[in-house]
Amino acid sequence: MGLDRRNFMKALGLTGVTLAAGNSLKAAPVKGEEVEFFGVLYDSTRCVGCQTCEITCAETHGFPAPTDAPTAGVIRKTSENCRTVVNLFNTSKGEVYTKNQCMHCNEPACVAACLTQAMYKTKEGPVIWRGNKCMGCRYCMVSCPFDVPKFEYFSSNPRIIKCDMCYDRIKEGKIPACAENCPAEAITFGTRRDLIREARKRIHDQPDVYADFIYGEDEVGGTGELYVSPVPPIESGFKTTLLNESYPSLSKGFLYTVPSVFVLVPVFLLGIHEATKNNHHNEGDDNE
Amino acid sequence: MKETTMSNHAIPVAKDNDGKNIWKFLVSEFKPKGKIFTPFNIISAPIILLGIVLIVIRFWKGIGSVTNLTQEVPWGLWIGFDVVTGVAFAGGAYVITFMVYILNNRKYHSIVRVTVLNGFLAYVFYAGALLLDLGRPWNVVNPIIGNSFGTNSVLFLVAWHFLLYMLAELIEFSPAIAEWLGAKRARKILSGMTIAAVIFGITLSTLHQSGLGALFLMARDKIHPLWYSEFIPVMFLVSSIFAGLSMVIFEGSISSRVFSSQISEKHHGEHNNIVISLSRICAGAMLAYFFLNVLVFIHDRHWDLLNTPMGYWYLLEMIGFVLVPMMLFFYSYRRKSLNLIKVAAIITMLGVILNRLNVTVIGFKWEEAVRYVPSWMELVITLTVIFTEIWIFRWVVRRMPVLRDSPLWAKDEK
Ligand code: SF4
Ligand code: SF4
Repeated sequence: MGLDRRNFMKALGLTGVTLAAGNSLKAAPVKGEEVEFFGVLYDSTRCVGCQTCEITCAETHGFPAPTDAPTAGVIRKTSENCRTVVNLFNTSKGEVYTKNQCMHCNEPACVAACLTQAMYKTKEGPVIWRGNKCMGCRYCMVSCPFDVPKFEYFSSNPRIIKCDMCYDRIKEGKIPACAENCPAEAITFGTRRDLIREARKRIHDQPDVYADFIYGEDEVGGTGELYVSPVPPIESGFKTTLLNESYPSLSKGFLYTVPSVFVLVPVFLLGIHEATKNNHHNEGDDNE
Repeated sequence: MKETTMSNHAIPVAKDNDGKNIWKFLVSEFKPKGKIFTPFNIISAPIILLGIVLIVIRFWKGIGSVTNLTQEVPWGLWIGFDVVTGVAFAGGAYVITFMVYILNNRKYHSIVRVTVLNGFLAYVFYAGALLLDLGRPWNVVNPIIGNSFGTNSVLFLVAWHFLLYMLAELIEFSPAIAEWLGAKRARKILSGMTIAAVIFGITLSTLHQSGLGALFLMARDKIHPLWYSEFIPVMFLVSSIFAGLSMVIFEGSISSRVFSSQISEKHHGEHNNIVISLSRICAGAMLAYFFLNVLVFIHDRHWDLLNTPMGYWYLLEMIGFVLVPMMLFFYSYRRKSLNLIKVAAIITMLGVILNRLNVTVIGFKWEEAVRYVPSWMELVITLTVIFTEIWIFRWVVRRMPVLRDSPLWAKDEK
């Protein structure tokens, strides 16, 4: 049912797109044909919860070192002082760690939300924040399905803080600090395509060690951060109610109709105006 | 007016009607008119002063120093009430201009100006309140001057529409300014632009009233399912009709008392008639709105959610603040009871506030253990915005022909 309506919206939208040539809204990439984005694969079966990723991340980006350790039953959160955290979950297969940071979505809600292009999906894959453009409206925070962007509420020159996959290091030909320093090799950096292949292989080779899913393969239309884990996502702190389509598509229907409204409504209004020109209603007449 | 007499003036705006110096006129106009120590002034002045102090603190120490916003709830009272609700209440302007200029229904003509003025100021102040909420307001020009167009962003659309709509409303209102200044030629040119501005303004309104709802479409997982649907934009648009008209009714009943000296006998009588017909439109729009809500509810099948605290809250909104005032509007329209209409308008307005806050604040992250509740400082700043708007409104109404009739020379031109 939802599909029918969406199709209708799209049909309506198509009129709009044809009317507004050069519209920058582009169709979602067909699954399996993703561009060669870089991504990160995190393997919960390897992670030992040593917090090295947290510590090197803090060092690399100039934040204070973490003061608390992963504890089962406590959800530690990223903040304006911390771009990544590792949490511990008690699951049906014992203790499982899950690292949390920006997911670097293929089609990020934060980027679609941003009206200044401060949030930006680079061609390499990382989603970065550019302070010289941002006006601090926090619409990216409202829109991100993972609640990733954080805001410096107590600054007169506040920044949006979130993981940027160490974009500066990637440009220098290095890999993200967490991936480089993880002693357990739980964090692998590579192209998204390779990482998915690698994840499939791990699941295939050791079916009794891994649960059969790759978190981030389809969620929110695919993310750059991918996860494999010994337990189903619901047990180790993942959001499981998210859509498998890209979040920007939720508001695309609305945006597609805008050009048609701009063409049709004025014509319509002008038409009525001309048609009613000669009947000036007066008191007592209720012809709205 | 004959063109020949006008063309003698080199700069028509520099002289007023009687050829007096315009600057002296302006200076005299800036002096306060009316009593200074009214109850409203005594209450609002200290709040405005306090609000200004708080705004300074906000820019100096950061948004967190005056608000209770959190990383999970980044938009609070300022967006949810000032911007989203304020703009809904400003919807009266596009509805009334639609009826007067598009349907050529002259009956509502006497309230066009005051409604447009109200709408314009609402946009300036409530949409302007957005600036207080921006962490990095110095970059606000980025999406405007075009070096960074986030054209896929609903907020981009809404921001642009705010700007353009303010312009459209300013044009619609400008003949009143010209009449005040006695600028005859300017008035002629400006009133010639009214229809175009109205058409443009209505188009913009349909898009940004719904756009304010569309802002929340990507927050699908954060808004309580009873308030989230892909139809939020439609809901916001339809409810802006009765939100705006209820505001018109409410504002009219206050203005007619406060500014009674400005309103001629004839208009006074007309006004009652207008209010009665507006109540019928309100009731109709609310019926459509209620029906839409029922359809969406049935479609999304959230029956199980009704029997939860949020469900009761939803029912309260839908029945107590939509169905009840709707029936009250119908009833009072039949009975031609102005007092009941006012009551219905007030309940409707409360309902719109409730609805907008439910989508943007109350139903947002409703499961979060620590809920966002606005701080007293956020409230004071919100009141500051509202009171300042009323001050400006009053200043304009006392000077320009908004409620009172246009000067005779302007009437000749019709
Ligand atoms: S997880 Fe959130 S912040 Fe990161 S890319 Fe996706 S939408 Fe943007
Ligand atoms: S806060 Fe900055 S980065 Fe986020 S949406 Fe607004 S302008 Fe873009």
